[in-house]
Amino acid sequence: MTSGDPAQPPRRVDRAGLVVAALLAGLAAVLVWDARGLQSAAMYGMGPEAMPVVVASGLALLALGNFIDALRGNLPARESADPVPVVLILIGLALLIAIIGFGGGFILATSALFVTTSAAFGRRAILVDSIIALVMSTVIYLAFDRLLTLSLPAGPLERLL
Amino acid sequence: MMDTFAALAHGMAVAVQPMNLLYALIGVFLGTAVGVLPGIGPALTVALLLPVTYKLDPGGSLIMFAGIYYGGMYGGSTTAILINTPGESASMATALEGNKMAKAGRGGPALATSAIGSFVAGTIATIGLAFLAPWLVDFAVRFGPEDYFALMCVAFVTVSATFGDSPIRGLTSLFIGLTLGLVGIDKLTGQARLAFGIPELLDGVEVTTLAVGLFAVGEALYVASRRHHTEEKLEPVRGSLWMTKEDWKRSWKPWLRGTMFGFPIGALPAGGAEIPTFLSYSTEKRLTKHPEEFGKGAIEGVAGPEAANNASAAGTLVPLLTLGLPTSATAAMMLAGFQQYGLNPGPLLFAERPDLVWGLIASLFIANCMLLVLNLPLVGLWVRLLAIPQPWLYAGILVFATMGTIAAKPSVVELSMLAGFGVLGFLMRRFDFPIAPVVVGLILGPIAESQLRRALAISLGDPMTLVQSPISATLLAVALIALLAPFVLKGLGRFKANED
Repeated sequence: MTSGDPAQPPRRVDRAGLVVAALLAGLAAVLVWDARGLQSAAMYGMGPEAMPVVVASGLALLALGNFIDALRGNLPARESADPVPVVLILIGLALLIAIIGFGGGFILATSALFVTTSAAFGRRAILVDSIIALVMSTVIYLAFDRLLTLSLPAGPLERLL
Repeated sequence: MMDTFAALAHGMAVAVQPMNLLYALIGVFLGTAVGVLPGIGPALTVALLLPVTYKLDPGGSLIMFAGIYYGGMYGGSTTAILINTPGESASMATALEGNKMAKAGRGGPALATSAIGSFVAGTIATIGLAFLAPWLVDFAVRFGPEDYFALMCVAFVTVSATFGDSPIRGLTSLFIGLTLGLVGIDKLTGQARLAFGIPELLDGVEVTTLAVGLFAVGEALYVASRRHHTEEKLEPVRGSLWMTKEDWKRSWKPWLRGTMFGFPIGALPAGGAEIPTFLSYSTEKRLTKHPEEFGKGAIEGVAGPEAANNASAAGTLVPLLTLGLPTSATAAMMLAGFQQYGLNPGPLLFAERPDLVWGLIASLFIANCMLLVLNLPLVGLWVRLLAIPQPWLYAGILVFATMGTIAAKPSVVELSMLAGFGVLGFLMRRFDFPIAPVVVGLILGPIAESQLRRALAISLGDPMTLVQSPISATLLAVALIALLAPFVLKGLGRFKANED
């Protein structure tokens, strides 16, 4: 894409690629560590520990492959990314989980997510968005809870309905 | 042959019951409405709408699914044409020419040729499905566990390694999926694997949580992170919606050729509709009488790839229904839809619940007809959906995405997993790892493991059983070739490049 700087040497070590390789190797280690605690109960053939070891070997090989790709700088070019909106959305998800976890109910939880996501995409009208979010999640709650009889978690707001 | 007609007639009788027609209509409508939203492909459409079907009986829910599936496909192409954001790589070819047509004020005919082409291709491919399926089922009942295991190896390799940009990154995605598939209680011995003492993990990773996390949350994070790069522009639909005589003349052959590419490639466990769509695009480019229009909005370049896309979608239902083998993310979500009722597609389901399977196939025909009738007149409504401002659009998508999980399992652990998979999806998009192999790995991994263990238990632990069955030996050889081919071809390519 446009971010590829022609002046740069085309082959340089890709740090992110190295991190990916390290994570894969770590995952392989976790699999093997977990499989050691399993007892092979099968009289014939494979026990429950065989497959994790097979997958772990695959992951280890792929860690090596990714490591080589990263050393050669063989990874596709990446455009710059803006971390702020990503963090905002993650805060929204964390809020949602916390509100559900503490029994705040569906409407408040999803409204919090709606407002933070909308802000992450550049909206600054938090009050307007909050009203939209509350109305929308209330409608969804009623539609799913009453019409489709799916049980969504109820909090103080839901009990008023 | 006669059996197929009888079975299909029986399926039609199931599908035209008023309630089932209503389910199909709701499915088509919802599928299109969700599929038309930018950034939402058919797989995510199916995943997001799964909770809507929780409370229906299996028959009605699968019929609604058929509608959602085709509706999502159609909605995706509308987005590709009008805002040039293909929801999935299979719509890329459509976006290429279709968006140019819309810019030139020919958005109406572009939408029309894609709708009619989808109808033609979908109908022919569904007929193909109806005739191919019983034949494959006859073949598949002879499969032993070792043959199934070998078949899944083929699917693993073709989905992840053979056709992607980088076999290493594709296989990495697959193995992440296989790892997730190990989580939970081992069915044969009752021991917990990778549960780390968390009770919610004992049931394993929910397919919908993974898919919605990777596709919806991941996509929202990714689009948000690079909002400063792209400005999306919605092309208004100007002028006539209808195709001229000339448009028809230029469209019908590409529709048929696209179908011929799409159905067989979709029906092979090769995964993905990208290959047939691009094959169709390059073929039309070569055969056209108007080569100067290509790249500037040639109607053949919309008609062919759209037909190929739809035909291959129907094609992927062949291995899904007859063998229980999902070869695309969308097919994987359909399988999740079956599994929520404890149904496992495959030869047994054809024998035990013919009403379900043939009702589903018949509903595909009906959904296709409904789409044709509904979509062109309603195009104004879909366009208005496209005009939702981006902040509200993605906020709404995330609310719906989390709602599915909240409705299924309102636990902190499950929601944290959803968020975690979202981050994973974001990172995979950013570093160019394909997403579909993760979902396929999660679904097929445990099935492949249990088939392999069954095969080895039958053979008293002798691994030679895998190569003693001719079917299994052939399939394993195919898998090996498909695994090595991209590496060998890449080596050849490098060799050639050095020679120049």
